[in-house]
Amino acid sequence: MLDESAFDLRRMLQRNSASVTVWAVLFALIVFGLLRYENFGSAYNITSFLNYNAMFIAIALGMCFVIMTGGIDLSVGSVAAFTSVVAAYLSPYGIQVALPGAIAAGLAFGAINAFFVIVLHIPPFIATLATMLGAKGGALVISGAQTISVDWTSNFTKLGMENAAGILPWTILIVGVLAVALWIILEKTTIGRTVLAIGGSEDASALMGLKVNRAKAFVYILSGGCAGLAGVFLASGFGAGQPLEGIGWELSAIASVVVGGTLLTGGLGSVPATVAGALLLGLVFNILNFENGRGTISFSAYWQMVIRGGFLFVVILFQARLMARHQKAAA
Amino acid sequence: MLLSMTGIEKSFGGVPALRGAGIEIAPGEVHALIGQNGAGKSTLIKILTGVYRRDGGEISFAGHPSEVLSPREAQEAGIATIYQELNLVPLRSVTENVVMGYEPKAFGMLINWREAHRRTREILARFDIDIDVTAPLGSFSTAIQQLVAIARAVSLDAQMVIMDEPTSSLDAKEVEILFGVIRELKSQGVAVLYVSHFLDELFEICDRVTVMRDGQTITTRQLSETTKLDMIADMLGRNPDEVAAEGMTEFGGAAAKRGPVRLHAEGVATGPRLKRFDLTLHEGEIVGLGGLLGSGRTEAARALFGVDATQSGSIEIEGAPIRLEGPAEAISAGMGFLAEDRKAEGIIPDMSVRENLTLALLPKLASGGQIDFGREREIVERFIRTLGIKTADMDQPIRELSGGNQQKVLLARWLATEPEILILDEPTRGVDVGAKREIQAFVRDYVKKGFSVVLISSEFEEIVEGADRIIVMHEGRSVGELTNPGVTENMLVSALAQHGEGGAEWTRQ
Ligand SMILES: Nc1ncnc2c1ncn2[C@@H]1O[C@H](COP(=O)(O)OP(=O)(O)OP(=O)(O)O)[C@@H](O)[C@H]1O
Ligand SMILES: [Mg+2]
Repeated sequence: MLDESAFDLRRMLQRNSASVTVWAVLFALIVFGLLRYENFGSAYNITSFLNYNAMFIAIALGMCFVIMTGGIDLSVGSVAAFTSVVAAYLSPYGIQVALPGAIAAGLAFGAINAFFVIVLHIPPFIATLATMLGAKGGALVISGAQTISVDWTSNFTKLGMENAAGILPWTILIVGVLAVALWIILEKTTIGRTVLAIGGSEDASALMGLKVNRAKAFVYILSGGCAGLAGVFLASGFGAGQPLEGIGWELSAIASVVVGGTLLTGGLGSVPATVAGALLLGLVFNILNFENGRGTISFSAYWQMVIRGGFLFVVILFQARLMARHQKAAA
Repeated sequence: MLLSMTGIEKSFGGVPALRGAGIEIAPGEVHALIGQNGAGKSTLIKILTGVYRRDGGEISFAGHPSEVLSPREAQEAGIATIYQELNLVPLRSVTENVVMGYEPKAFGMLINWREAHRRTREILARFDIDIDVTAPLGSFSTAIQQLVAIARAVSLDAQMVIMDEPTSSLDAKEVEILFGVIRELKSQGVAVLYVSHFLDELFEICDRVTVMRDGQTITTRQLSETTKLDMIADMLGRNPDEVAAEGMTEFGGAAAKRGPVRLHAEGVATGPRLKRFDLTLHEGEIVGLGGLLGSGRTEAARALFGVDATQSGSIEIEGAPIRLEGPAEAISAGMGFLAEDRKAEGIIPDMSVRENLTLALLPKLASGGQIDFGREREIVERFIRTLGIKTADMDQPIRELSGGNQQKVLLARWLATEPEILILDEPTRGVDVGAKREIQAFVRDYVKKGFSVVLISSEFEEIVEGADRIIVMHEGRSVGELTNPGVTENMLVSALAQHGEGGAEWTRQ
């Protein structure tokens, strides 16, 4: 008989072998940064790093849920660009209007994706690709292809530029709360478990009598809402609605999710590990910036991308090896 | 009547699957539904549970006309179903698979996992299963998975439980446990609709039987007033005397002329489930692996085929020692392996019958990168004919075939490549009596050509009558050997009983 109250570290590590990797690498990079660069651990670096990456974490969280059902959402970057413009337009009314307004716009795009995928049975890759183009076009239309400056006199920019109680940026605080809420939803609620079951086998989930469509609608709308939130952060942090931003964000989000050990085919995934994955991605850039700052070698932006890609590849390779070993051990 | 279905019509793309089928089930009745592969049993069930929409006919359940539109609604109306293609999620934990949709909650919101695990263990205990319920379901054997599916359905407090071939991967002992649970359900007034190709077991558990043929329900009989022969005759639409004259199984059981040793395995171990396995396989011989669930039969097959790495022991093919690093090497060494889990390891659902059948054959069909389509069609046609595969045409997606017919396609895939050593793990699972006989005859012909077969089956009858020699397995070891002709089911059972307690009760009737 199994005593589950006994804390079995080895088994826990095995079950979560994929997430363990990302945490370990993240930790190693932080230690590396602290030892090598003087200002790496400064309050300024930490808060600006977290503040800048909050929007990527938000998008990765939504993406993680979509991918866990076995789907994909390619529209997140364009939707964030669109909602940053919406937020900029709403900024004179203050954050209390701009934030919900932009999120609502994101949710609406998510609802469109959900409609395509669930009602029209269009494969998610194609459906969200269409939305991606639509949102991009929409952003250019409503902004006239110009960046839209926000109203600096309202409280709007506080969100992206100030710290709560002078310690943590508001953005990372909001994302933190979101992550915890989503973590609870995934681990502790029926809809969360349904998301995972669908990714494991959609047919079986339907035959089990699970509310498959409801869960799928949830993930696409959630992902849209997360992109909407990222759009607000973008506008508030940079002082402008940016219709041309967001290119390639969906790929970074997918990378964060995958590095976090979520199966691209769905059925397995973790919220904290996705956050760790997004932080890891951001940290590689942060460290490269410091490296450039030391002046010994200087990497161009293009080389930075190459290095980041190579690094991700190594992490994922390592992770896949570890998973395969444990699967063999379990079988 | 609890359930009454009348005049049910259903076609798929113009091809009729049900033509005026009907069934009536009383509360507390165990009702059998039988028929050949493709007769329409699963389709009738799926119409009842809202997976498919019917084209015509009436359904009434518990006194009301039933307009169930989804499996969810059927469950809520009091119909719990174990579908033939197991409706489970292998990646998720056992607990999730049992309680999903009905999780115990704290504060009406958050799932109470401790309680969920406890409840799952309790439900599984009724089936004598004690496993780590937090582990992914897919890490357990097909038999355990099937029992978990049954446990889930039984735990739903339904008025009627539908079981579409629940025993296809169960051993005699587990079948007994299942029957105990069915009797318990019956005593609580729960009706059971029971689909099976094991006609003998129906007598033990069922009150009435409805026979289907070509999408129609032919007759409903009282089990106490019918015989196996009558049922087969109804299923085939033939005269009972004719059927009797042909005999039920084709396997000779007589030792064929065997040639030199083709494969020799000694002391093979791959882990805790296979500790010591010895096998000598000659040309022209069928060797059966006899044992209960967990005795290591499937693991032995996986070791021979190089799926699991051997930790100790040796394997020789044609006298030369060989170290198999994986299935690809096993295949090039002349082996084939029909795995027991057809869904996970076998069929590619969206590909056609033809493509599924010739998948392993493609290298042989191609010359200079060109596939010889003429020969491909010829081979496919031959197998469709000889194995009686019921398909609209060879380009139909395999997922649209009935369960038993999918199994036949998989078997054909391996037979077509003509491996020197063919390992068959449950080759006739879900296959009807008639087709089973044809498959057995086909396998017999196959070894007559000088090929060798390793046969695994949880049906003792199939092993005893089909194999020339039987390796008796117990707890991961080969512990004995029986040689045909002359082996009886009782001999196998007592050989097993010498090593485990209570073996005699495990005979599958
Ligand atoms: N989704 C589908 N699309 C097309 N044809 C189908 C579909 N489902 C079933 N059929 C066809 O309907 C017929 C009846 O199939 P069904 O699965 O009900 O048979 P069955 O009696 O359950 O057989 P088995 O004993 O092999 O499980 C078969 O000819 C099958 O090919
Ligand atoms: Mg069927």
